[in-house]
Amino acid sequence: MAASRHVLDYPRFLGRLLWMSTDGSWRFYVWMTVLTAICLVGANAWARQLADGMALTGMSDHVSWGLYVANFTFGVGLAAGAVMMVIPAYLYHDHEMHDVTLVGELLAVAAIALSLLFIVVDMGHPERAWHLIPGVGRFNWPVSMLTWDVVVLNGYLLLNLHVCGYLLYMRFLGLKPRKRWYLPFVFLSIFWAVSIHSVTAFLYSGLGGRPFWNSALLAPRFIASAFITGPAFVILLLQVIRRFTGLPIGEGPGRTLTSVMRVTVLLNLFMLGSEVFTAFYTGGAHAGPVRYLFFGLHGHHALVPWIWTAVACNVASAVLLHLPASRRRITVLNVACVLAFVGVWIEKGMGLIIPGFVPSTLHEMVEYVPTVTEWKITAGIWAFGLMLLTVAVKVALPVLSGQLASPAAHKAEPQPRDAVPQAAA
Amino acid sequence: MNDVTRRTALKGAGATLGAAAFAHALAPLTEWTEDLSLDAFLQRHYKELTPSDMKAVLWRLEKDAKREYGRDVTIQDLPPQEGVSFGYALNLSICIGCRKCVEACHQENNHDRRTGNSYIRVLEMEQGSLDMERGNADYDHAVPAPGKYYLPVQCQQCDNAPCVKVCPVQATWKEQDGVVVVDYNWCIGCRYCEAACPYHARRFNWTKPEVPAEEINPDQGYLSNRIRPQGVVEKCTFCLHRTRAGRLPACLEACPTGARVFGNLLDPKSPIRWVLENKRVFVLKEELGTRPRFFYFFDK
Repeated sequence: MAASRHVLDYPRFLGRLLWMSTDGSWRFYVWMTVLTAICLVGANAWARQLADGMALTGMSDHVSWGLYVANFTFGVGLAAGAVMMVIPAYLYHDHEMHDVTLVGELLAVAAIALSLLFIVVDMGHPERAWHLIPGVGRFNWPVSMLTWDVVVLNGYLLLNLHVCGYLLYMRFLGLKPRKRWYLPFVFLSIFWAVSIHSVTAFLYSGLGGRPFWNSALLAPRFIASAFITGPAFVILLLQVIRRFTGLPIGEGPGRTLTSVMRVTVLLNLFMLGSEVFTAFYTGGAHAGPVRYLFFGLHGHHALVPWIWTAVACNVASAVLLHLPASRRRITVLNVACVLAFVGVWIEKGMGLIIPGFVPSTLHEMVEYVPTVTEWKITAGIWAFGLMLLTVAVKVALPVLSGQLASPAAHKAEPQPRDAVPQAAA
Repeated sequence: MNDVTRRTALKGAGATLGAAAFAHALAPLTEWTEDLSLDAFLQRHYKELTPSDMKAVLWRLEKDAKREYGRDVTIQDLPPQEGVSFGYALNLSICIGCRKCVEACHQENNHDRRTGNSYIRVLEMEQGSLDMERGNADYDHAVPAPGKYYLPVQCQQCDNAPCVKVCPVQATWKEQDGVVVVDYNWCIGCRYCEAACPYHARRFNWTKPEVPAEEINPDQGYLSNRIRPQGVVEKCTFCLHRTRAGRLPACLEACPTGARVFGNLLDPKSPIRWVLENKRVFVLKEELGTRPRFFYFFDK
């Protein structure tokens, strides 16, 4: 009886939130207008690419994946990295973290949406996406790793949408969330987060013809670097939220996430070093892509500036994070986060995808440089992801802080106004 | 109240403006949807088409070819023959690297003229080395050059094909006669197969192929040399529109030195069987476990 009410009330609640999210300060409108403009540029470039063909990209039969797949990989990592807020909150009962876990989950939603869009724009025939629907199309599961990725990415999206939506709705109604409706999903999402990035790594590491990717270390590297970018982004995001919404967020979550990063930046560098050692000490054809990446090969050097920028960023962020100053001065921490984010974006993006193709399987040297079309589409998707995140956070915060509640909620269970908002009781 | 209505009005204006800008940004899509018929969009996978479905599809594709390329073509869907399993061998001792096979493939399979595409790449290799890293596919001089030998590479029609494994929608599969094919009307264009192939055997249609009407080969197969749509992957099919009709692949017929041997692996009297039984053959990248059906050998 009561359950049937929610079937209508829940969408109504979401609609109300969405409508509310269109209200904001002039800063908010400027921000959203700029993002919309970038989105439109991207949408236009994509429409052109569909009409005229993917020859508008810098890709070729030799380097058949490029900037889109690079960003897809990075985006999946960002989504998985958000779980670094869920683990302390739910496994280690870090209460301060618990209060802002929802932000991490919303980030995961936005990052997955971004990743899926990068796949869509990489497809020659996006309108045939229905061929992937099990039962309707011909889903090559479980043989193709790409079908696993479709399953885990969409599953992770649904898990996070459910947990965020349920907790917010209960809070809105002023009801205590029932554990069986969210806790199992939260714990499942922890394993699921690891799975999305492992499966994405297996996509590459399972290819015997590409020695650069064909390494068992790829999945662990992906997970380590995901746990750099996720926390780095959230540390910055929490400051932005605190500044613009006045939501009282304590120092605790930032401190915990910084501690996570202190470990993962080193782990990531160590694993990169292991790969580099194995390639160079062994030598031979196996070292070709690594040599191309770091020093150039047979007179081709396109990736050299990229990877050294990444190495510089990653080393600098590791050093900064371990300086005592990073505890005292937020600027130092912020610089370290930005450096780590950029460093991993390059290393796990262009630095991972392109050397898989250069030299080619017949050892030909064909290089790849992204075109303006690719940059436009990439910027457009990132702008879209940021818009999604902005709206999601904006929608969630009034509910979290108790500003928006169902009229019935006040009668049922009054919320103390000064209480730290809680994502889950 | 007044402020609220003004805000709502402004929001409405903003939303309208945004929607208009969005429609404008996506305008090039109309050009794209013009080429996309509902029948083509809803077409089922090759293996799910009934004979009458297939008839309708072939008729539509022939009509499309006439409309878009101005040429009457015949597209057939020849099934694999019973008791036939194709194999190919190449004698590296007598291949001179002239690339006549490359050219023949280009014409036979209606490849894009602008890019000069072909399913075959010939590597100029150094005597005494099988290391492709020391090979060169872009040689431009008289052949054969001293101290070199030539290694033509095309689809190896692997029995354990990585490309077939990775395809998320089963748009590529191995036929009963051993040929790995692509349903160009089912491929979603993700290019995972291109990344998985260890032999650089697959090609993507980065644009709509350009072939002048008079150069089009009108004898076409649904799974082989019909003009491919933009945005899908294609590959060598051992010219199945020819070989399933008892003819030889175009690359073999074009070879001036007789380096190429093609035939039915199940026929004990076939030339390919003679080569396999009497020559010390090898396959490329055997260590990857792909089990190719394309064999190489040296005579001397």
